[in-house]
Amino acid sequence: MSRATFPRLSDWHIAAVLALFGLAGPFLLPTLATQIAFLWLMVVFALTWDMLGGRMGYNSFGNIVFFGIGCYAAAVIQRDAGLPYFEGLALGLVAGAVLSVLAAIVFGAAMLGIRGHYFAIGTLGLGIAAGEIAAGWDYVGAGSGMALPLYPGELGERELFFCYSLFALAACCFLLFRWIYSTRFGLALNAIRDDQDKADAMGLRTTPIKIVAWSLSAFFLGISGGLAANMIGFIDPRDVAFAGATYGVWMVLMTILGGKGTLWGPVLGAFIFHVTQELFWTWLLGWQRVALGLLIVLIVVFFPQGIMGWLAERRARTAS
Amino acid sequence: MSALLEVKNVTKRFGGVVANRDVSLTVRQGEIAGLIGPNGSGKTTLFGSITGAHAVDEGDIFFEGGSIAHLRPAPIARLGLLRTWQQTRIYGEMTCAENMAISAREAHGHVFSLLRPVPAATRRKGDDLLAFVGLHEKKDDKAGSLSFGQQKLLEFAMALMNEPKLLLLDEPTAGINPTLINGLIDRLRRANTELGVTLLVIEHNMRVIMNLAHRITCLAHGEVLAEGTPNEVRDDRRVLDAYLGVA
Repeated sequence: MSRATFPRLSDWHIAAVLALFGLAGPFLLPTLATQIAFLWLMVVFALTWDMLGGRMGYNSFGNIVFFGIGCYAAAVIQRDAGLPYFEGLALGLVAGAVLSVLAAIVFGAAMLGIRGHYFAIGTLGLGIAAGEIAAGWDYVGAGSGMALPLYPGELGERELFFCYSLFALAACCFLLFRWIYSTRFGLALNAIRDDQDKADAMGLRTTPIKIVAWSLSAFFLGISGGLAANMIGFIDPRDVAFAGATYGVWMVLMTILGGKGTLWGPVLGAFIFHVTQELFWTWLLGWQRVALGLLIVLIVVFFPQGIMGWLAERRARTAS
Repeated sequence: MSALLEVKNVTKRFGGVVANRDVSLTVRQGEIAGLIGPNGSGKTTLFGSITGAHAVDEGDIFFEGGSIAHLRPAPIARLGLLRTWQQTRIYGEMTCAENMAISAREAHGHVFSLLRPVPAATRRKGDDLLAFVGLHEKKDDKAGSLSFGQQKLLEFAMALMNEPKLLLLDEPTAGINPTLINGLIDRLRRANTELGVTLLVIEHNMRVIMNLAHRITCLAHGEVLAEGTPNEVRDDRRVLDAYLGVA
Protein backbone atom coordinates (compact mmCIF):
# COMPACT_ATOMS: atom_id res chain seq x y z
CA MET A 1 0.00 0.00 0.00
CA SER A 2 2.86 2.32 0.85
CA ARG A 3 4.36 1.78 -2.55
CA ALA A 4 1.11 2.61 -4.23
CA THR A 5 0.88 5.97 -2.47
CA PHE A 6 4.47 7.06 -3.07
CA PRO A 7 6.90 5.97 -5.73
CA ARG A 8 10.22 4.69 -4.43
CA LEU A 9 12.24 7.75 -5.38
CA SER A 10 10.27 10.31 -3.41
CA ASP A 11 10.45 8.05 -0.35
CA TRP A 12 14.14 8.82 -0.26
CA HIS A 13 13.57 12.52 -0.91
CA ILE A 14 11.23 12.79 2.06
CA ALA A 15 13.58 10.74 4.22
CA ALA A 16 16.53 12.96 3.26
CA VAL A 17 14.65 16.17 4.06
CA LEU A 18 13.49 14.77 7.39
CA ALA A 19 16.99 13.58 8.29
CA LEU A 20 18.41 17.00 7.44
CA PHE A 21 15.73 18.67 9.54
CA GLY A 22 16.33 16.26 12.41
CA LEU A 23 20.08 16.83 12.39
CA ALA A 24 20.33 20.53 11.61
CA GLY A 25 17.00 21.80 12.91
CA PRO A 26 17.88 22.04 16.62
CA PHE A 27 21.11 23.90 15.76
CA LEU A 28 19.48 26.38 13.45
CA LEU A 29 16.45 26.92 15.69
CA PRO A 30 17.81 26.40 19.22
CA THR A 31 14.83 28.16 20.80
CA LEU A 32 12.55 25.55 19.27
CA ALA A 33 14.62 22.53 20.33
CA THR A 34 12.09 21.41 22.93
CA GLN A 35 9.25 21.80 20.44
CA ILE A 36 11.14 19.73 17.89
CA ALA A 37 11.84 17.10 20.55
CA PHE A 38 8.10 16.87 21.25
CA LEU A 39 7.50 16.58 17.53
CA TRP A 40 9.67 13.44 17.36
CA LEU A 41 7.85 12.09 20.40
CA MET A 42 4.57 12.57 18.53
CA VAL A 43 6.04 10.74 15.53
CA VAL A 44 6.88 7.77 17.78
CA PHE A 45 3.33 7.91 19.21
CA ALA A 46 1.74 7.81 15.76
CA LEU A 47 4.07 5.15 14.32
CA THR A 48 3.56 2.79 17.24
CA TRP A 49 -0.20 3.30 17.26
CA ASP A 50 -0.37 2.55 13.54
CA MET A 51 1.20 -0.90 14.04
CA LEU A 52 -2.02 -2.13 15.64
CA GLY A 53 -4.59 0.47 14.62
CA GLY A 54 -3.59 0.84 10.99
CA ARG A 55 -1.84 -2.36 9.98
CA MET A 56 -3.59 -4.91 12.18
CA GLY A 57 -7.05 -3.35 12.63
CA TYR A 58 -6.97 -3.26 16.44
CA ASN A 59 -7.83 0.24 17.69
CA SER A 60 -6.02 0.55 20.99
CA PHE A 61 -6.76 3.42 23.36
CA GLY A 62 -4.41 1.91 25.90
CA ASN A 63 -1.01 2.33 24.24
CA ILE A 64 -0.40 5.20 26.65
CA VAL A 65 0.14 2.53 29.32
CA PHE A 66 3.46 1.54 27.77
CA PHE A 67 4.56 5.18 27.64
CA GLY A 68 3.65 5.57 31.31
CA ILE A 69 5.49 2.42 32.30
CA GLY A 70 8.55 3.81 30.51
CA CYS A 71 8.23 7.10 32.43
CA TYR A 72 8.02 5.42 35.83
CA ALA A 73 10.64 2.75 35.14
CA ALA A 74 13.20 5.41 34.28
CA ALA A 75 12.23 7.61 37.23
CA VAL A 76 12.46 4.78 39.75
CA ILE A 77 15.78 3.46 38.44
CA GLN A 78 17.28 6.95 38.35
CA ARG A 79 16.07 7.60 41.90
CA ASP A 80 17.12 4.30 43.47
CA ALA A 81 20.03 2.85 41.50
CA GLY A 82 22.52 5.44 42.74
CA LEU A 83 24.15 5.78 39.32
CA PRO A 84 25.48 8.93 37.65
CA TYR A 85 22.95 10.70 35.42
CA PHE A 86 23.65 9.13 32.03
CA GLU A 87 24.25 5.60 33.34
CA GLY A 88 21.02 5.84 35.33
CA LEU A 89 19.15 7.14 32.30
CA ALA A 90 20.49 4.35 30.08
CA LEU A 91 19.56 1.67 32.62
CA GLY A 92 16.17 3.33 33.12
CA LEU A 93 15.43 3.27 29.38
CA VAL A 94 16.37 -0.41 29.16
CA ALA A 95 14.15 -1.20 32.16
CA GLY A 96 11.29 0.80 30.62
CA ALA A 97 11.59 -1.05 27.33
CA VAL A 98 11.72 -4.46 29.02
CA LEU A 99 8.81 -3.76 31.37
CA SER A 100 6.68 -2.33 28.58
CA VAL A 101 7.28 -5.38 26.40
CA LEU A 102 6.44 -7.69 29.32
CA ALA A 103 3.26 -5.69 29.93
CA ALA A 104 2.35 -5.96 26.23
CA ILE A 105 2.80 -9.74 26.37
CA VAL A 106 0.60 -10.06 29.47
CA PHE A 107 -2.10 -7.59 28.31
CA GLY A 108 -1.89 -8.99 24.79
CA ALA A 109 -2.47 -12.57 25.90
CA ALA A 110 -5.44 -11.36 27.94
CA MET A 111 -6.98 -8.78 25.59
CA LEU A 112 -6.01 -9.45 21.98
CA GLY A 113 -8.69 -12.13 21.79
CA ILE A 114 -11.29 -9.36 22.10
CA ARG A 115 -12.26 -7.69 18.85
CA GLY A 116 -13.54 -4.46 17.42
CA HIS A 117 -15.16 -1.94 19.73
CA TYR A 118 -14.75 -4.25 22.70
CA PHE A 119 -10.99 -4.17 22.34
CA ALA A 120 -11.03 -0.36 22.04
CA ILE A 121 -13.11 0.03 25.19
CA GLY A 122 -11.10 -2.57 27.08
CA THR A 123 -7.84 -0.81 26.31
CA LEU A 124 -9.39 2.53 27.27
CA GLY A 125 -10.07 1.04 30.68
CA LEU A 126 -6.51 -0.22 30.84
CA GLY A 127 -5.12 3.30 30.43
CA ILE A 128 -7.42 4.81 33.05
CA ALA A 129 -6.74 1.99 35.51
CA ALA A 130 -2.98 2.42 35.12
CA GLY A 131 -3.26 6.15 35.88
CA GLU A 132 -5.35 5.49 38.98
CA ILE A 133 -2.95 2.81 40.23
CA ALA A 134 0.06 5.09 39.78
CA ALA A 135 -1.79 7.94 41.51
CA GLY A 136 -2.42 5.78 44.54
CA TRP A 137 0.94 4.06 44.86
CA ASP A 138 3.31 5.70 47.34
CA TYR A 139 6.41 3.94 46.01
CA VAL A 140 6.10 5.99 42.81
CA GLY A 141 5.09 9.21 44.53
CA ALA A 142 1.33 8.56 44.34
CA GLY A 143 -0.74 11.59 43.32
CA SER A 144 2.12 14.07 43.65
CA GLY A 145 4.14 12.31 40.94
CA MET A 146 7.91 11.99 40.65
CA ALA A 147 10.67 14.47 39.91
CA LEU A 148 13.49 13.34 37.67
CA PRO A 149 17.16 14.11 38.46
CA LEU A 150 18.59 17.29 36.97
CA TYR A 151 20.44 17.07 33.68
CA PRO A 152 24.12 17.65 34.51
CA GLY A 153 25.23 19.49 31.35
CA GLU A 154 25.34 23.18 30.54
CA LEU A 155 22.36 25.40 29.87
CA GLY A 156 20.79 24.64 26.48
CA GLU A 157 22.64 21.37 26.08
CA ARG A 158 19.82 19.43 27.71
CA GLU A 159 17.27 20.46 25.07
CA LEU A 160 19.62 19.41 22.29
CA PHE A 161 20.33 16.09 23.98
CA PHE A 162 16.67 15.10 24.23
CA CYS A 163 15.89 16.50 20.82
CA TYR A 164 18.53 14.26 19.21
CA SER A 165 17.68 11.25 21.37
CA LEU A 166 14.02 11.40 20.40
CA PHE A 167 14.94 12.01 16.76
CA ALA A 168 17.13 8.88 16.83
CA LEU A 169 14.32 6.90 18.47
CA ALA A 170 11.75 8.05 15.90
CA ALA A 171 14.15 7.27 13.04
CA CYS A 172 14.91 3.76 14.39
CA CYS A 173 11.21 3.11 14.89
CA PHE A 174 10.37 4.27 11.37
CA LEU A 175 13.12 2.24 9.70
CA LEU A 176 12.42 -0.92 11.68
CA PHE A 177 8.67 -0.74 11.09
CA ARG A 178 9.19 0.04 7.40
CA TRP A 179 11.27 -3.11 7.08
CA ILE A 180 8.78 -5.18 9.09
CA TYR A 181 5.90 -4.08 6.85
CA SER A 182 7.89 -5.29 3.84
CA THR A 183 8.11 -8.82 5.26
CA ARG A 184 5.54 -11.60 5.51
CA PHE A 185 4.89 -10.41 9.06
CA GLY A 186 3.51 -7.17 7.62
CA LEU A 187 1.24 -9.11 5.26
CA ALA A 188 0.10 -11.26 8.18
CA LEU A 189 -0.88 -8.11 10.11
CA ASN A 190 -2.92 -6.90 7.13
CA ALA A 191 -4.54 -10.33 6.81
CA ILE A 192 -5.61 -10.18 10.46
CA ARG A 193 -7.04 -6.70 9.85
CA ASP A 194 -9.00 -7.76 6.77
CA ASP A 195 -10.39 -11.09 8.04
CA GLN A 196 -9.00 -12.67 11.16
CA ASP A 197 -11.14 -15.80 10.95
CA LYS A 198 -9.87 -16.38 7.45
CA ALA A 199 -6.27 -15.89 8.60
CA ASP A 200 -6.86 -18.48 11.34
CA ALA A 201 -8.45 -20.89 8.92
CA MET A 202 -5.44 -20.52 6.59
CA GLY A 203 -3.14 -21.72 9.37
CA LEU A 204 -1.58 -18.41 10.47
CA ARG A 205 -0.50 -18.25 14.11
CA THR A 206 -2.56 -15.15 14.73
CA THR A 207 -2.25 -14.90 18.53
CA PRO A 208 1.57 -14.81 18.68
CA ILE A 209 1.62 -12.46 15.69
CA LYS A 210 -0.70 -10.00 17.46
CA ILE A 211 1.28 -10.16 20.70
CA VAL A 212 4.60 -9.57 18.93
CA ALA A 213 3.10 -6.58 17.09
CA TRP A 214 1.90 -5.01 20.34
CA SER A 215 5.27 -5.76 21.97
CA LEU A 216 7.08 -3.90 19.18
CA SER A 217 4.86 -0.87 19.79
CA ALA A 218 5.41 -1.16 23.53
CA PHE A 219 9.18 -1.35 23.12
CA PHE A 220 9.43 2.05 21.44
CA LEU A 221 6.77 3.62 23.66
CA GLY A 222 8.63 2.43 26.77
CA ILE A 223 11.86 4.09 25.68
CA SER A 224 10.03 7.24 24.61
CA GLY A 225 8.46 7.42 28.08
CA GLY A 226 11.83 7.44 29.82
CA LEU A 227 13.19 10.12 27.49
CA ALA A 228 10.07 12.28 27.74
CA ALA A 229 9.99 12.06 31.54
CA ASN A 230 13.58 13.28 31.72
CA MET A 231 12.94 16.03 29.20
CA ILE A 232 9.87 17.30 31.08
CA GLY A 233 11.64 16.77 34.41
CA PHE A 234 8.52 15.73 36.28
CA ILE A 235 5.90 13.04 35.89
CA ASP A 236 2.33 13.40 36.97
CA PRO A 237 0.45 10.08 36.93
CA ARG A 238 -2.58 11.36 35.00
CA ASP A 239 -1.28 14.39 33.12
CA VAL A 240 2.05 13.06 31.87
CA ALA A 241 2.63 9.33 32.29
CA PHE A 242 -0.86 7.94 31.71
CA ALA A 243 -2.26 10.97 29.94
CA GLY A 244 -4.99 9.11 28.11
CA ALA A 245 -7.09 12.19 27.36
CA THR A 246 -4.20 14.02 25.69
CA TYR A 247 -1.33 11.81 24.46
CA GLY A 248 -3.50 8.70 24.37
CA VAL A 249 -6.07 10.31 22.08
CA TRP A 250 -3.52 12.26 20.03
CA MET A 251 -1.83 8.99 19.02
CA VAL A 252 -5.06 7.92 17.37
CA LEU A 253 -5.86 11.30 15.82
CA MET A 254 -2.43 11.89 14.34
CA THR A 255 -2.45 8.48 12.68
CA ILE A 256 -5.96 8.92 11.30
CA LEU A 257 -5.14 12.44 10.08
CA GLY A 258 -2.04 11.25 8.19
CA GLY A 259 -3.54 7.98 6.99
CA LYS A 260 -3.77 4.66 8.81
CA GLY A 261 -1.77 1.77 7.45
CA THR A 262 0.39 3.91 5.15
CA LEU A 263 4.15 4.34 5.40
CA TRP A 264 4.28 8.13 5.75
CA GLY A 265 0.79 8.73 7.10
CA PRO A 266 1.69 8.61 10.80
CA VAL A 267 4.76 10.85 10.30
CA LEU A 268 2.80 13.39 8.29
CA GLY A 269 -0.09 13.31 10.75
CA ALA A 270 2.25 13.91 13.68
CA PHE A 271 3.85 16.91 11.93
CA ILE A 272 0.57 18.56 11.00
CA PHE A 273 -1.05 17.87 14.34
CA HIS A 274 1.89 19.07 16.42
CA VAL A 275 2.45 22.23 14.43
CA THR A 276 -1.21 23.24 14.40
CA GLN A 277 -1.48 22.44 18.08
CA GLU A 278 1.47 24.69 18.92
CA LEU A 279 0.10 27.49 16.75
CA PHE A 280 -3.27 27.26 18.49
CA TRP A 281 -1.48 27.44 21.81
CA THR A 282 0.45 30.56 20.81
CA TRP A 283 -2.25 32.50 19.03
CA LEU A 284 -5.55 31.36 20.48
CA LEU A 285 -4.68 31.45 24.15
CA GLY A 286 -7.74 30.41 26.08
CA TRP A 287 -9.41 28.93 23.01
CA GLN A 288 -6.79 26.37 22.04
CA ARG A 289 -8.83 23.46 23.39
CA VAL A 290 -11.85 24.53 21.37
CA ALA A 291 -9.75 24.90 18.24
CA LEU A 292 -8.21 21.48 18.86
CA GLY A 293 -11.65 19.93 19.22
CA LEU A 294 -12.72 21.58 15.99
CA LEU A 295 -9.62 20.26 14.25
CA ILE A 296 -10.48 16.75 15.44
CA VAL A 297 -14.01 17.03 14.05
CA LEU A 298 -12.67 18.33 10.73
CA ILE A 299 -10.19 15.45 10.53
CA VAL A 300 -12.82 12.80 11.09
CA VAL A 301 -15.39 14.39 8.76
CA PHE A 302 -13.17 15.40 5.84
CA PHE A 303 -10.26 12.96 6.04
CA PRO A 304 -11.69 9.67 7.30
CA GLN A 305 -9.07 7.93 5.14
CA GLY A 306 -6.34 10.33 6.24
CA ILE A 307 -4.29 12.54 3.97
CA MET A 308 -2.26 9.69 2.49
CA GLY A 309 -5.39 7.61 1.97
CA TRP A 310 -7.08 10.58 0.30
CA LEU A 311 -4.05 11.13 -1.97
CA ALA A 312 -3.94 7.45 -2.92
CA GLU A 313 -7.65 7.51 -3.76
CA ARG A 314 -7.27 10.66 -5.85
CA ARG A 315 -4.31 9.16 -7.66
CA ALA A 316 -6.22 5.95 -8.37
CA ARG A 317 -9.11 8.03 -9.74
CA THR A 318 -6.92 10.08 -12.08
CA ALA A 319 -5.08 6.95 -13.23
CA SER A 320 -8.24 5.11 -14.25
CA MET B 1 -7.86 -46.08 -1.73
CA SER B 2 -7.34 -45.30 1.96
CA ALA B 3 -9.56 -42.96 3.96
CA LEU B 4 -8.18 -39.42 4.29
CA LEU B 5 -11.09 -38.03 6.29
CA GLU B 6 -13.45 -40.03 8.44
CA VAL B 7 -16.45 -38.44 10.12
CA LYS B 8 -17.85 -40.89 12.65
CA ASN B 9 -21.33 -40.54 14.13
CA VAL B 10 -21.10 -36.77 14.53
CA THR B 11 -23.97 -34.95 16.20
CA LYS B 12 -24.02 -31.15 16.44
CA ARG B 13 -26.75 -29.18 18.19
CA PHE B 14 -27.30 -25.43 18.28
CA GLY B 15 -29.52 -24.95 21.29
CA GLY B 16 -32.52 -27.14 20.62
CA VAL B 17 -31.84 -27.48 16.90
CA VAL B 18 -30.04 -30.63 15.82
CA ALA B 19 -28.01 -29.51 12.79
CA ASN B 20 -26.23 -32.83 12.31
CA ARG B 21 -27.46 -36.13 13.75
CA ASP B 22 -25.22 -39.20 13.78
CA VAL B 23 -23.51 -38.23 10.52
CA SER B 24 -20.81 -40.55 9.19
CA LEU B 25 -18.85 -39.81 6.04
CA THR B 26 -15.59 -40.99 4.51
CA VAL B 27 -13.45 -39.12 2.00
CA ARG B 28 -10.81 -41.30 0.34
CA GLN B 29 -7.33 -40.22 -0.59
CA GLY B 30 -7.29 -38.67 -4.07
CA GLU B 31 -11.02 -38.59 -4.82
CA ILE B 32 -13.54 -35.84 -5.44
CA ALA B 33 -16.41 -36.36 -3.01
CA GLY B 34 -19.69 -34.51 -3.25
CA LEU B 35 -22.01 -33.37 -0.47
CA ILE B 36 -25.55 -32.43 -1.46
CA GLY B 37 -28.82 -31.84 0.29
CA PRO B 38 -31.65 -29.30 0.44
CA ASN B 39 -31.14 -25.93 2.15
CA GLY B 40 -30.82 -26.31 5.90
CA SER B 41 -29.82 -29.98 5.74
CA GLY B 42 -26.62 -29.34 7.71
CA LYS B 43 -23.92 -29.36 5.01
CA THR B 44 -22.19 -26.14 6.05
CA THR B 45 -22.51 -27.09 9.73
CA LEU B 46 -20.66 -30.31 8.92
CA PHE B 47 -17.90 -28.28 7.22
CA GLY B 48 -17.66 -26.15 10.36
CA SER B 49 -17.35 -29.24 12.56
CA ILE B 50 -14.65 -30.77 10.35
CA THR B 51 -12.53 -27.59 10.20
CA GLY B 52 -12.80 -26.79 13.91
CA ALA B 53 -15.10 -23.75 13.78
CA HIS B 54 -17.15 -25.33 16.57
CA ALA B 55 -16.88 -28.40 18.77
CA VAL B 56 -19.04 -31.42 18.01
CA ASP B 57 -21.46 -32.69 20.66
CA GLU B 58 -21.01 -36.39 19.89
CA GLY B 59 -18.87 -38.51 17.61
CA ASP B 60 -15.33 -38.02 16.35
CA ILE B 61 -13.52 -36.82 13.25
CA PHE B 62 -10.28 -38.33 11.94
CA PHE B 63 -7.89 -36.82 9.43
CA GLU B 64 -5.11 -39.12 8.22
CA GLY B 65 -6.01 -41.43 11.09
CA GLY B 66 -5.66 -38.83 13.89
CA SER B 67 -8.58 -37.28 15.76
CA ILE B 68 -9.10 -33.60 14.94
CA ALA B 69 -12.47 -33.09 16.63
CA HIS B 70 -10.90 -31.16 19.52
CA LEU B 71 -8.59 -28.95 17.40
CA ARG B 72 -9.06 -25.25 16.52
CA PRO B 73 -9.15 -24.08 12.88
CA ALA B 74 -5.49 -22.99 12.62
CA PRO B 75 -3.89 -26.29 13.70
CA ILE B 76 -6.32 -28.19 11.47
CA ALA B 77 -5.29 -25.98 8.54
CA ARG B 78 -1.64 -26.65 9.29
CA LEU B 79 -2.33 -30.40 9.06
CA GLY B 80 -3.43 -29.77 5.46
CA LEU B 81 -7.22 -29.55 5.78
CA LEU B 82 -8.67 -26.30 4.44
CA ARG B 83 -12.06 -24.92 3.55
CA THR B 84 -13.56 -22.14 1.45
CA TRP B 85 -16.74 -20.26 2.32
CA GLN B 86 -20.05 -19.91 0.58
CA GLN B 87 -19.87 -16.12 1.01
CA THR B 88 -16.12 -16.09 0.16
CA ARG B 89 -13.49 -14.77 2.52
CA ILE B 90 -10.53 -12.93 1.11
CA TYR B 91 -8.35 -10.12 2.45
CA GLY B 92 -10.19 -7.22 0.83
CA GLU B 93 -7.74 -4.34 1.37
CA MET B 94 -4.74 -6.33 0.12
CA THR B 95 -3.83 -6.92 -3.53
CA CYS B 96 -4.46 -10.31 -5.11
CA ALA B 97 -0.70 -10.97 -5.18
CA GLU B 98 -0.47 -10.18 -1.45
CA ASN B 99 -3.47 -12.43 -0.76
CA MET B 100 -1.57 -15.23 -2.48
CA ALA B 101 1.74 -14.51 -0.74
CA ILE B 102 0.31 -14.67 2.78
CA SER B 103 -1.63 -17.83 1.91
CA ALA B 104 1.58 -19.75 1.20
CA ARG B 105 2.41 -22.73 3.35
CA GLU B 106 5.49 -20.99 4.83
CA ALA B 107 3.17 -18.52 6.55
CA HIS B 108 2.25 -21.35 8.92
CA GLY B 109 5.67 -21.00 10.50
CA HIS B 110 6.59 -19.58 13.86
CA VAL B 111 6.03 -15.83 14.24
CA PHE B 112 9.72 -14.89 13.93
CA SER B 113 10.11 -16.94 10.76
CA LEU B 114 7.66 -14.47 9.18
CA LEU B 115 10.20 -11.65 9.55
CA ARG B 116 11.51 -12.23 6.04
CA PRO B 117 10.45 -10.84 2.70
CA VAL B 118 8.26 -13.05 0.52
CA PRO B 119 10.64 -15.36 -1.39
CA ALA B 120 10.76 -14.95 -5.18
CA ALA B 121 9.69 -18.59 -5.63
CA THR B 122 6.54 -17.93 -3.58
CA ARG B 123 5.72 -14.85 -5.64
CA ARG B 124 6.11 -16.86 -8.84
CA LYS B 125 3.94 -19.65 -7.49
CA GLY B 126 1.29 -17.11 -6.53
CA ASP B 127 1.40 -15.62 -10.02
CA ASP B 128 1.13 -19.09 -11.58
CA LEU B 129 -1.90 -19.99 -9.49
CA LEU B 130 -3.55 -16.64 -10.24
CA ALA B 131 -3.00 -17.41 -13.91
CA PHE B 132 -4.44 -20.90 -13.29
CA VAL B 133 -7.76 -19.38 -12.17
CA GLY B 134 -7.59 -16.64 -14.79
CA LEU B 135 -6.89 -13.68 -12.49
CA HIS B 136 -3.36 -12.87 -13.54
CA GLU B 137 -4.18 -9.41 -14.93
CA LYS B 138 -5.80 -8.56 -11.60
CA LYS B 139 -2.79 -9.39 -9.47
CA ASP B 140 -2.08 -5.80 -8.39
CA ASP B 141 -5.74 -4.94 -7.85
CA LYS B 142 -7.27 -4.84 -4.40
CA ALA B 143 -9.00 -8.14 -3.76
CA GLY B 144 -12.04 -6.29 -2.42
CA SER B 145 -12.54 -4.61 -5.81
CA LEU B 146 -13.07 -7.93 -7.62
CA SER B 147 -16.53 -9.19 -8.52
CA PHE B 148 -18.08 -11.88 -6.33
CA GLY B 149 -17.25 -14.60 -8.83
CA GLN B 150 -13.66 -13.42 -9.15
CA GLN B 151 -13.34 -13.36 -5.36
CA LYS B 152 -14.46 -17.00 -5.33
CA LEU B 153 -11.76 -17.87 -7.84
CA LEU B 154 -9.21 -15.94 -5.78
CA GLU B 155 -10.26 -17.80 -2.64
CA PHE B 156 -9.83 -21.10 -4.47
CA ALA B 157 -6.36 -20.05 -5.68
CA MET B 158 -5.43 -18.98 -2.12
CA ALA B 159 -6.45 -22.40 -0.85
CA LEU B 160 -4.30 -24.12 -3.48
CA MET B 161 -1.39 -21.86 -2.51
CA ASN B 162 -1.62 -23.40 0.97
CA GLU B 163 -1.00 -26.87 -0.54
CA PRO B 164 -3.77 -28.66 1.33
CA LYS B 165 -4.17 -32.43 1.27
CA LEU B 166 -7.92 -32.06 1.54
CA LEU B 167 -9.90 -29.02 0.43
CA LEU B 168 -13.52 -28.47 1.45
CA LEU B 169 -15.32 -26.27 -1.06
CA ASP B 170 -18.65 -24.69 -0.05
CA GLU B 171 -20.66 -24.10 -3.24
CA PRO B 172 -17.76 -23.17 -5.53
CA THR B 173 -20.02 -22.35 -8.49
CA ALA B 174 -22.62 -20.25 -6.67
CA GLY B 175 -22.47 -16.69 -7.99
CA ILE B 176 -20.13 -17.60 -10.84
CA ASN B 177 -21.13 -16.52 -14.32
CA PRO B 178 -22.75 -19.63 -15.92
CA THR B 179 -20.47 -19.35 -18.98
CA LEU B 180 -17.45 -19.75 -16.67
CA ILE B 181 -18.73 -22.76 -14.77
CA ASN B 182 -17.29 -25.31 -17.20
CA GLY B 183 -13.89 -23.68 -16.88
CA LEU B 184 -14.19 -23.84 -13.10
CA ILE B 185 -15.12 -27.54 -13.16
CA ASP B 186 -12.07 -28.14 -15.32
CA ARG B 187 -9.87 -26.33 -12.79
CA LEU B 188 -11.31 -28.24 -9.85
CA ARG B 189 -10.54 -31.46 -11.70
CA ARG B 190 -7.02 -30.34 -12.53
CA ALA B 191 -6.41 -29.35 -8.91
CA ASN B 192 -7.42 -32.91 -8.07
CA THR B 193 -5.40 -34.74 -10.72
CA GLU B 194 -2.40 -32.46 -11.29
CA LEU B 195 -1.91 -30.96 -7.82
CA GLY B 196 -3.10 -34.07 -5.98
CA VAL B 197 -5.65 -32.28 -3.79
CA THR B 198 -8.50 -34.41 -2.50
CA LEU B 199 -11.78 -32.47 -2.67
CA LEU B 200 -15.03 -32.52 -0.72
CA VAL B 201 -17.51 -30.26 -2.50
CA ILE B 202 -20.87 -28.88 -1.36
CA GLU B 203 -22.82 -28.04 -4.49
CA HIS B 204 -26.38 -27.16 -5.38
CA ASN B 205 -25.88 -27.27 -9.12
CA MET B 206 -26.74 -30.91 -9.89
CA ARG B 207 -25.21 -30.82 -13.37
CA VAL B 208 -21.91 -29.72 -11.83
CA ILE B 209 -21.78 -32.21 -8.97
CA MET B 210 -22.94 -35.19 -11.07
CA ASN B 211 -20.15 -34.39 -13.53
CA LEU B 212 -17.46 -33.72 -11.01
CA ALA B 213 -17.80 -36.07 -8.04
CA HIS B 214 -16.71 -39.68 -7.88
CA ARG B 215 -19.00 -40.34 -4.92
CA ILE B 216 -21.83 -38.33 -3.43
CA THR B 217 -23.35 -38.14 0.04
CA CYS B 218 -26.80 -36.63 0.44
CA LEU B 219 -27.90 -35.02 3.73
CA ALA B 220 -31.48 -34.23 4.71
CA HIS B 221 -32.67 -32.83 8.04
CA GLY B 222 -29.14 -33.20 9.37
CA GLU B 223 -28.89 -36.94 8.67
CA VAL B 224 -27.21 -38.94 5.94
CA LEU B 225 -29.96 -39.92 3.56
CA ALA B 226 -28.04 -41.70 0.81
CA GLU B 227 -24.56 -42.23 -0.51
CA GLY B 228 -23.02 -43.79 -3.56
CA THR B 229 -21.92 -43.00 -7.11
CA PRO B 230 -23.59 -40.01 -8.81
CA ASN B 231 -25.88 -42.36 -10.73
CA GLU B 232 -26.93 -44.27 -7.64
CA VAL B 233 -27.71 -41.09 -5.74
CA ARG B 234 -29.57 -39.55 -8.66
CA ASP B 235 -31.78 -42.60 -9.02
CA ASP B 236 -32.45 -42.86 -5.28
CA ARG B 237 -36.14 -42.23 -4.66
CA ARG B 238 -35.48 -40.78 -1.17
CA VAL B 239 -33.15 -38.12 -2.58
CA LEU B 240 -35.79 -36.95 -5.03
CA ASP B 241 -38.35 -36.85 -2.26
CA ALA B 242 -36.04 -34.84 -0.03
CA TYR B 243 -35.57 -32.20 -2.70
CA LEU B 244 -39.07 -32.09 -4.09
CA GLY B 245 -41.14 -33.19 -1.12
CA VAL B 246 -42.93 -36.53 -0.89
CA ALA B 247 -45.80 -36.72 -3.33
